Amino acid sequence: MKCDQVADHLEAVAAGEVILPLESRRHVEGCLRCQAEMIQHRRVLRTMRSFRSDLLEPADGLLPEILSTIEEAGERHAVRSLLHRHRSAYLAGLAVACAAGAAGAIILATRSRRTRSLAG
Amino acid sequence: MPAETALRLLPVNSSDGGEQISDLAEAARNGDRGAFDDLVAMTYRGNYTLALRLTGNEEDARDVTQEAYLRAYRSIESFRGDAHFSTWMYRITANCASTHLGRRWRHRHESLAAADEVVDLRPDSDPNACVEALELRGRVADALAGLPPKLRAVIVLRDIYELPHDAVAEELGISSSAAKVRLHRARNQLRSKLFPDLGEVESREV
Repeated sequence: MKCDQVADHLEAVAAGEVILPLESRRHVEGCLRCQAEMIQHRRVLRTMRSFRSDLLEPADGLLPEILSTIEEAGERHAVRSLLHRHRSAYLAGLAVACAAGAAGAIILATRSRRTRSLAG
Repeated sequence: MPAETALRLLPVNSSDGGEQISDLAEAARNGDRGAFDDLVAMTYRGNYTLALRLTGNEEDARDVTQEAYLRAYRSIESFRGDAHFSTWMYRITANCASTHLGRRWRHRHESLAAADEVVDLRPDSDPNACVEALELRGRVADALAGLPPKLRAVIVLRDIYELPHDAVAEELGISSSAAKVRLHRARNQLRSKLFPDLGEVESREV
């Protein structure tokens, strides 16, 4: 087996994501080139993981900017939900008025029909 | 990233209120605005750092961080608490960065600037190891900044923030297999940039 056949998998092996088949493992165990490449991948990975604990300080003003964006979004949401509630109340009132009007019209129509049939 | 911007690494306190963050997240989910503000104050540097690593540009990183917190605020009710709040925020930040970068690439096709050099303020007990580690950190940071943004995004999310492959793919809007291919390319590019000598050694039969 040659290094080329294993090289593609070494980064994933170094990251613990892949286990090589036995034949490939034997190659790596006996090949200084592949071992060196694996060590390099591990060193890079270890360094990358160490970046996780870094915190880069942003220039001043980011926190107030974020908080004010959220504040605005919260206010907009409150206004929108208030308008929505008003609109719902208005529509509900309109619906009730229409229903009452329709009911009144039906009653009047029924009464006038009855009056006409009694008179006839 | 503007050269005059001084970036520095802040020491991280590992006992930095994981439980407190969970309590605040729970309160924020129940509609406590003050708790959400406190969460922002406790976590924004971490998310800004991720945004900066993904975008490579301070202005973009600020925009992405703001957008991420706005999205988080709007969807805090969907945070179920089965992941850490910080992991949830990382995913939102990655998603925002992906959208932001996609928009930029569509409009301008400009390459992203390399990240500024950062200074590690933390002392180390072994000076030699410290110098060597610092030297490697600097080289890795430079090599990382020099990767194409699409490759950089995958390797940052997977190898620095240790998000699962599926989460990386989901937040970047690509398939899981595409994410794995990009990760493979990114790792190999990074290694060969950092250690070019090995490329000259011929493949051998063992």
